[in-house]
Amino acid sequence: MSKVSELHHTGLIGSQPEPDEAAVQAKIRHTEEGFATVWLITPATIWLVLFLVVPLVSIVIFSFWENTPQGLSPAFSLEFYGEYFYTKGFFDPEADRFLLPSVFIRTLGSTLYFTLVTMLLCLIVGYPIAYFLAMQVQAFKWQLALFLLCMVPFWTSYLIRAVAWLPMLGRRGLINQALLGMGIVDKPVSFLFYSEFGYTMALVQIYVVLSIGPIFFSLAKIDKDIIEAATDMGATPFQIFREIIGPMSLPGVAIGMIFIFVMITGEFATAVVVYGGKTSTAGTVILNYYGIANYPFAAVNALMLMLAMVIGIIVILRIVDIRKEL
Amino acid sequence: MARWTPERWRKLRVKTGFSIYYVIFLLFIYGPMFAMFVLSFQGRRGGTSFPMRGFSLYWWNKLLEPSTVGDMQGAMGRSIILALMVMVITALFSTMLAMAFRKAFLFSNVLFYTILTGLMVPGVLLSLGMAILLRQLGLPPAWYSSGLAVHVIWALPFGYLVMMAVFNRFDARLEEAARDMGADEWTVFKEVTFPLITPGVVAAGLFGFTLSYDEFARTTLLSGAENTLPLDINASMTQRIRPTLFALGTASTIFSLLMISVFLGIYTILFRRSR
Repeated sequence: MSKVSELHHTGLIGSQPEPDEAAVQAKIRHTEEGFATVWLITPATIWLVLFLVVPLVSIVIFSFWENTPQGLSPAFSLEFYGEYFYTKGFFDPEADRFLLPSVFIRTLGSTLYFTLVTMLLCLIVGYPIAYFLAMQVQAFKWQLALFLLCMVPFWTSYLIRAVAWLPMLGRRGLINQALLGMGIVDKPVSFLFYSEFGYTMALVQIYVVLSIGPIFFSLAKIDKDIIEAATDMGATPFQIFREIIGPMSLPGVAIGMIFIFVMITGEFATAVVVYGGKTSTAGTVILNYYGIANYPFAAVNALMLMLAMVIGIIVILRIVDIRKEL
Repeated sequence: MARWTPERWRKLRVKTGFSIYYVIFLLFIYGPMFAMFVLSFQGRRGGTSFPMRGFSLYWWNKLLEPSTVGDMQGAMGRSIILALMVMVITALFSTMLAMAFRKAFLFSNVLFYTILTGLMVPGVLLSLGMAILLRQLGLPPAWYSSGLAVHVIWALPFGYLVMMAVFNRFDARLEEAARDMGADEWTVFKEVTFPLITPGVVAAGLFGFTLSYDEFARTTLLSGAENTLPLDINASMTQRIRPTLFALGTASTIFSLLMISVFLGIYTILFRRSR
């Protein structure tokens, strides 16, 4: 089977029947047939190198360059790394900034913290939905229909979805009106929208679908006979979840979490909409420094964001080995 | 007719509980958008929140006047053209790549991870890298050149994964049979392979279209002098938020949904035929 799995990247779509053995054998035997691989991969490879690899590598290179009034000049300067990590008075026990990380590190930290909170909320909100679709809904047709219903908002603009929270959470929004009407508060509260609360709500609503999809697929792959067998042996629903469903859905959880993690750490548009530009995320910092033409420093910020993301993905993959499951 | 055992009651209760949760969830993800839709018909003197002060098409009309929200129609046209270009390129590239991956080849792993990197890199990073690079090279960014370049990078992994899934369940014996009867590679592709994978190609194209049409982060620094629709929406958000924005949001959402229905329609027809 190992030879076969090399040829078939099952991908994230999953839950298809295994191709039958004869078809697989036919595929392996005639590797010399079909269009030449070179022609099939060359156009896309050139595109990927020019517009993905080169820009990413150039961020690394530009982060060491110097910013002169005439523009960027090639150099090997750590000036902007210093600016990123070091603040005046960091080593001075007398100063009030003693051992206080720089504002950039703190922004990155708060971005990561928000990402973590949103990831957990998406998991808590999304998991039961995926479970419901995969386990409770019997007919495949209904499964698909109800699943697509959840996915539809993913295809609409997330800027619009962020702003759509305004009539709900804004100062004169429905929730404030309800609170005023019930006499719980005597003037409108503003923490609902232009706040961490509003930001988190908007993020969860936008990104929760990304957790439902992968979890749904991995739950749908579970053989119902196993659950049946466990029930027959007298397992309680909780035991079934802990021993079978939970562990078997972990790859889906991991993929969903990676998706959400990646999307939200680089997020800046929602923050701009909800906060009105008052609070920074790692993404807005990068754009701000680009805006004032400090390109090397924007590149340093981008690199640190990338580094944090790679570490985060490695941590998730450490917890769950998805390659084994794909 | 099965008896109503306690076990059956329990299952029914659990199912009902989950169903209620599902409905609440739908309210959560659709509710705000629905409120926005209703408020876009706000009366002339109404604001961006309930209650409605009358009912009018005032804000929708404002949407059609070019002066109020920048160059909305132009931006929408550009976004559609860009999305169509991304759609074609994504469908083409993902089909070609997935076909190449049916055979083992050197560095296929490297290529696989490079494609998926496009999915993992935050838009703002790619945008930044391209923008600084273009500046150094003295090339001007534009939505149809640099914008197109990074949109394809974003959409390609989705289309590629779809096509990989399609070829995973593809019966290669059909192509074999055609070859044995003396068909050359082009004939095999045209007569056998392509008709069978068409639903997948359409799905890959749909990913390309919708992902590009809504993309904001990757275009921010790369669209040049002219805006795409998401950039235009963002620009109008930085001004005072008015119900016009809700009308714009509703229009944009309806357009997205329309595109999905069109694609689903094509998909159903093709899928039926291929069976």
